[in-house]
Amino acid sequence: MKNNAPGMTLIVKVITRLTVGLILLYGFYIVLHGHIGPGGGFAGGVIMALSLIHLMLAYGKEAVTKKIGRRRGIMLSSIGAVLFLALFVSSSVGFIKFPVVPGGQHIILGAGVIPFYDIAISIMVGAGLYTVFLALVILITERDEQ
Amino acid sequence: MKPLALFIIIPLATAFLIALLGRRIKNLGDVLTNMAGAGLFILACSIIPGVISHKVLTYKTGNWPVILGSSFIVDGLSMLLLVVINLVCCLVMVYSLSYMEKYTDKWNYQALFMLMIAGLNGVILSADIFTLYVFLELASIAGYVLVAFSTEAEALEASFRYTIIGSLASVCILLGIALLYSFTSTLNMADISLIIASRSQQGQLLNFVSVLFLAGFGMKAALVPFHAWLPDAHSSAPSPVSATLSGVVIKTLGVYSLIRIFFNVIGTSSNLLNCLVILGLASMIAGAFLAIAQNDIKRMFAYSSISQVGYIIFALGIGTPLAVLGGLFHLLNHAVFKSLLFLNAGAIERVAGTRDLTKLKGLAEKLPLTSSTALFGSMSISGVPPFAGFWSKLIIIIAAIEAGHPIFALIAALVSIVTLVYYLKFQAGVFFGALPSAFANIKEAPLTMKMPMVVLAVLSVAGGLLLLPCCREFLQSAVKAVLS
Repeated sequence: MKNNAPGMTLIVKVITRLTVGLILLYGFYIVLHGHIGPGGGFAGGVIMALSLIHLMLAYGKEAVTKKIGRRRGIMLSSIGAVLFLALFVSSSVGFIKFPVVPGGQHIILGAGVIPFYDIAISIMVGAGLYTVFLALVILITERDEQ
Repeated sequence: MKPLALFIIIPLATAFLIALLGRRIKNLGDVLTNMAGAGLFILACSIIPGVISHKVLTYKTGNWPVILGSSFIVDGLSMLLLVVINLVCCLVMVYSLSYMEKYTDKWNYQALFMLMIAGLNGVILSADIFTLYVFLELASIAGYVLVAFSTEAEALEASFRYTIIGSLASVCILLGIALLYSFTSTLNMADISLIIASRSQQGQLLNFVSVLFLAGFGMKAALVPFHAWLPDAHSSAPSPVSATLSGVVIKTLGVYSLIRIFFNVIGTSSNLLNCLVILGLASMIAGAFLAIAQNDIKRMFAYSSISQVGYIIFALGIGTPLAVLGGLFHLLNHAVFKSLLFLNAGAIERVAGTRDLTKLKGLAEKLPLTSSTALFGSMSISGVPPFAGFWSKLIIIIAAIEAGHPIFALIAALVSIVTLVYYLKFQAGVFFGALPSAFANIKEAPLTMKMPMVVLAVLSVAGGLLLLPCCREFLQSAVKAVLS
């Protein structure tokens, strides 16, 4: 089949369109259930980054980099790291108290600070991995930088 | 609040804030890094009285018991290294203010540098062997990128080689940690040493682990059979980075970890100490003779680092309290004067545009401050009295004679003379003679570059005062921590 658009064939594109949302959702699930099940911020963040990379492989780099470019990736990753540090400092000083509900660990606001750590880590890892992928696969010339 | 955790929180927070906002807000990086550098140095000085009176300070993350969580511990040895690292970091950040102006993305450099400092502080503080590995990788990876920062062909090649050899070292260390964990079922250093001491039947595993650690940390410290990466990496990095790499990184990642693992965790044996003596002597001799042949100033200094780290390892290999004192004192002194010399090299390269000894000449009249501070550094590293380097080398040589190694002591004294030879070559080549017309219009470096050089030059003389009875406790507590 003739295909002038960037990216792979129609079959791959259709399959990607159907699955990419599920993959992203699964990433969120892993992050938010990190404190009671296997996984956590790191694994969930990797899965979320993979869904973006999956999209990029199927539809060409423009489809994703238009939304999240390299700079935005670095920014998101730094935000995740700063968020993590802020959570650590504020909770260890006692500035913010995160409630721990006995028997209520399955809800986000009942398991202390750990779910919030997971969220911060997932932002950092997801954005970081995605940016590393961009840096490795996309050639950036000095003109693009400006 | 928790001063020990701050040693890691401050540089990490600075690094990520700069990565986030450095491009938008001009001068944010300059302000933040200098505040962080000064703050860390003050923090490092503020823990000295506590460590001297209490021996050990502990911080438990999240109040987990020491065995379960990853805790931070500061004893005499860690305190010495923390002060050295944060002193050099603080001065190098001031120096970078104007030196790094020539690069377009200074904020990237500052963020990476702070990450490296976080890694170094983490290596020093961590009380469990795997946390040590994680921070060691953090510092190494930031180091690989910083070496390539100028993105010239030679810098990229040096960085690539450094990455390969550094990764090989990390693999050796990680394998060693895994085997040690399988042997003792714990990662906490104090626990591991207790369990190893209580096992009567030890088998060959510990020997194998020792070899892995010796090779891994030996590569990080650039001891002689593993030194090939160092001259390229340290000479092609920007000068403030070279000053940090030579001044503190090889000592923290290599020498400190070696001391920690062998003297405090696995325990030393006479075979191991002999190995250290031989590696030390080999580095000392080979580094010194290779340095004589260099015409590039920074390459000469880099080879000289190999030679001086050889002194430290040699002293540790002798293993008597006096020798360990000499080794640790030399570690401190070397951090001071080698950073000073690399900063001098940066100032020379900045104004003259070259660091080739055959092209430079007669800069003393144009650069009075650089030349006098460089003289301080050169004399101190060659062991000329009354500079600090003389006292540390003297202690090492006396300790070698006391321990019954007069020949080794003689070799150490002779290598010191060779050191003087190549530093005189540097002095004569760069600062003496008639000024060529090409350099008629050059000016001394700006104030922010002069200030760190002057401070380090003063310290390279004043360092000898640490042996006075009133200040001796600073070094003695480190020696006690090594030999306890």
